[in-house]
Formats: sequence, C-alpha cells, structure tokens
Amino acid sequence: MTEEEKIKQELEGKFAYLKDKTVIKREKRIFADLPLDKFAEVFAYAAKNMGFDGLSAITGLDTVSGFAAIYHLNRKGGVMLNLKVSLEREHPRVNTVTAYFPCAENYEREIADLLGIEVAGLPAGRRYPLPDNWPKDQHPLRKDWKPAPDNKREAQNA
Amino acid sequence: MHDPGEVKIPFGPQHPALKEPESFLISLRGEKITSTSIKLGYNHRGIEKACEERTYIQDLYLIERICGICSHSHSTCFAQAVEEIAGLEVPARARYIRTLIAELERIHSHLLWLGVAGHEIGFDTLLMYTWRDREVVMDILAMLTGNRVNYGINTIGGVRRDISPEQKEEVLKAMDILEERTKYYIELATQEVTLAKRLSGVGILSNEDAKRLGAVGPVARASGIERDVRRDDPYAAYAQLDFKVITSNECDVYGRTLVRLGELMESYSIVRQAIQKIPDGVISVKAPRKVPAGEVVSRYEAPRGEDLHYVSANGTDKPERVKVRAPTLANIQSVSKMLENRYLADMPIVVAAIDPCFSCTDRLIAVNDPERKTKNTVAWEAIRLKGIEWYKRQGIDFTPLNKKLKSLI
Repeated sequence: MTEEEKIKQELEGKFAYLKDKTVIKREKRIFADLPLDKFAEVFAYAAKNMGFDGLSAITGLDTVSGFAAIYHLNRKGGVMLNLKVSLEREHPRVNTVTAYFPCAENYEREIADLLGIEVAGLPAGRRYPLPDNWPKDQHPLRKDWKPAPDNKREAQNA
Repeated sequence: MHDPGEVKIPFGPQHPALKEPESFLISLRGEKITSTSIKLGYNHRGIEKACEERTYIQDLYLIERICGICSHSHSTCFAQAVEEIAGLEVPARARYIRTLIAELERIHSHLLWLGVAGHEIGFDTLLMYTWRDREVVMDILAMLTGNRVNYGINTIGGVRRDISPEQKEEVLKAMDILEERTKYYIELATQEVTLAKRLSGVGILSNEDAKRLGAVGPVARASGIERDVRRDDPYAAYAQLDFKVITSNECDVYGRTLVRLGELMESYSIVRQAIQKIPDGVISVKAPRKVPAGEVVSRYEAPRGEDLHYVSANGTDKPERVKVRAPTLANIQSVSKMLENRYLADMPIVVAAIDPCFSCTDRLIAVNDPERKTKNTVAWEAIRLKGIEWYKRQGIDFTPLNKKLKSLI
C-alpha cells in the first residue's frame, strides 16, 4: 500500500463521513471535502496525529453559490493533504488555525481581505494585502466584484 | 501604558534603504529591538484577479512577471498546474530544459543574494565580485532564452526554445568558471574571520521556531529542516537527477550563507547532469485552448523556497481561480522572530538574509533582427564594449585586472 493510500485509509477509518470524500488525485496529492462543523476535528487530527506539521497556504474560493477554503497541509516526504471546507454565501466564517500554525496569520488575513471570509479568533493586527484605507466591504476576489469605474479616465474620454 | 524607555521607529514603506515597499514598525529599547510589526501588500497588483479574466497562455506571461528574479519559478509552477489539469504529457526534453533554466536561475539568484549580503554588512568587495560573476550566468540565460530575466521559455505543454550542442558547450564552460569562483567564496566564508564573526549568531531562528512559523527554502534548511520540493515532490526532470539537500544547524545568517553556497555547488552539478542526460525529441506538445474542469496544487522549489500555485479550471479557456503563494510570504513571519532582542544595526542583514523577493529590472532589451537593420538596435556585447571604452576614457582600465583574474581561474 502506498503512503497516500495509508493516509486515505487512516482518515476514512477515523472519520466515517470522509468516505467517498477523500480523493488521491495523483502521487503526493490528497484532496478531502469537509463540512464546516467537522473541519476542526479533522484538521486537529491531521496536524497532531498524522504528522502534517506544515501549512503551505490557505486558498480562498468563491464558488458563486458559496465560498470555500482549502488548507494545504504538508509533511516530511512531500505528501500534500488539501482539506477543503465549504462555507455559506451569507456570512462565510471559519475559525483561525493559528493555534496549530502561527504561520497561518497572513494566509487568513488574505482570505479575509480578498474574499470577505470572516476568520474568528484571528489576533489583532494590520490588514493584508489591501491598503489601510480600502473600504471594509469591498472584496476584490469575489466573482461579483468589479473595479469601480475610473473617474479620471472617463473624464478624459468625455 | 506608554513605556518612556521605548522608542517606536517607522521604517518604510518608502525609505532609501529599502529596495521594495514594505513597512516595519520597530520598537526599540536603547539599541535593542523589542518587537517588530511588518506590513506588506504595497506591491499587491491584483494578479490573481487579473488571471481569471485572461486565457491560460496570457496568464503564463502575466504570472512570469510576478517577480523579476524567480520568474521561471512562477511560470513553471503555473504551467505544470495547467498541464496536469489538461492531462498533457510534457516531453522529456522539455522537462530537462525547464530544469536547466531553473538551476541557472537559482545560480543567478544565489549569487545576487551573496552580493546583497556582502553589501549589507559593509563588505562591498564581495558585492562587486559576485555580481561580476553573476554576469556569466546571466549571459548564459540570455543565450539560451533570449532574455536576461523573464525568460519566456515556458509554454503550456513544453518549452519554446531548444538547446543546441554549441550552447551546451557554452553552458559547461560557464559552470567550470562559476564553480571555481564559488569554491573561492566558500573558502572565504569558512576562513575569513570578519565575515564569520559578523554573520554568526545574527538573526537566530531555532529549528522549532522555523517549523512553527512555516519557514521555507534556504531559511528553513539553515535551521536544520531537511525539506526540498525538488527531492520530496519531484517535478520537471529532478527525479532523474542526483543531488544533495544542503542543510545547516547554525540557525543564523551565517548558516543561511553556507546553505546557499552549498546549493550553488549542487546547482552546477545538476546543470552538468542535465546537459549530459538530456534526451532527444520534441520540446512541446500542442495544448488545447480550453482546459477541462479540475483543480490542481503545483509546487516548485524556487531559489527562495517552496512556491505554491493552486489552479482551478472550469472547462473554458480561462481559469476559475489562480492562487499563488510565493516563498517570501511564508518566510516573513520568521523575520520578526529573528529580530527580537537584536541590535537595530543587524536589521538590514537579517531582513536581507531571507532573500526577500526584490523587483529586478532589466537594463536593456536588445532585439536583434538581422532582416531589419535599424539604427537603434544595439547588441549586448556592443553595450559592454562601449562601457569599457567609456571607463578607459575616464582613466579607468580594467584590462590588466581582467587578465590577472583569467590567469587565476
């Protein structure tokens, strides 16, 4: 049995709802879809018991019907476990994972700024990556977000 | 409560000593830094959003321009992701050429870093030496790809330029020169007391902190974390090549210097192996304009550490989502830790030691078209000769020095 299959088996054995939700996409790449209420326990188990001691990044997605966040976990040997959690359209919200990975802070600020996903428990700090005077309700990576018309350019063209 | 003994100094985003906009708020007690708050994002250009509105091939060129130094890293990482979703089998020859350019890029990046490090500690001779040597690899890159930076060698499904037997010879010659020079720098780093003393114990990042704060690349490896995407999750032709992952347990700027010097030596060996083993064959396969739905995570060991791209496709000719996590973002939190309780004067070298991705601009793009002899087209060699002549007229002649150097190496 390969390392990837062992990880899949361990996850599915421990968490029954992950059956058919865990996919080995290719060598060293495992994707798992999770509901929000199960995310915390799976994440904690992977980080503490399965040796996934690195968080490479968090990707925020706008799926139009809702949102999603993918946590890219890595460990020695090069296997990457991608935990994808689906979020609702109104008030998307996740809990911070900075308790496990302090390095998550910038990644979490990024999904908060660019997609408007609320990250509960994130320590106070300056925003990233948008400027300090950027409107709080404007999230440019959302699919329905369009840049405001450039007034100067329009005036020039008129 | 306000502490009367503490002074807060804002540093950046615009500051003569910074090469890129970023802002540090440093709290000082006497000469010692008590805490640092770093604000990034001044270079945010909305590239991820822009990628969603462009085709895959347009994105490839946009992605390449994320950074001037790791341009090949980003473009390869993105191309790999799209190829994986589209199910394209990249020809072996193209994989080798990608590896070759990747290692040449690492050589140029590490030599550049060594110069910057020398400069930040007041050892400008080292800057002059390494940046002169770096020209050797820049010339090779220009010969192979047509550009000194932003090589444009990648395309979805392979590479755009083949390598000729004459070019292979040139690359091997350059590797010999650079290896000799690097041996000298290793000797310098291990025997020159002032250098070792200035860098040892500065910018300490313990093994635990490096793990906790998610450090990547040479910063992590200098804190004893033996991880390298090239070996752990091989891409391009790395699975067929033999190389060591260089680590150090010094956990300081000195260790980071030794790791990068060691990696330079490994890169020369990888380049030689790639030249020797490169198979014959086509250099690209035809890529479809529309890419089927799917999602992929692509990883790449850039000179500064792990580069990660997430690409999601929706069946059209434009991606649904492109996410880029460049290595500096992973390393930036370690900087605050490295600066804690250190002297303010150590700050420039500590920040430089993670090798933050500075924008790098080309000096000139020489477009040589033999069919169209326009007056304004100047070849690179002509510019160089013009420079040498100009200095000679000012009474500065490097010819004897160059001769002496050539006799030495």
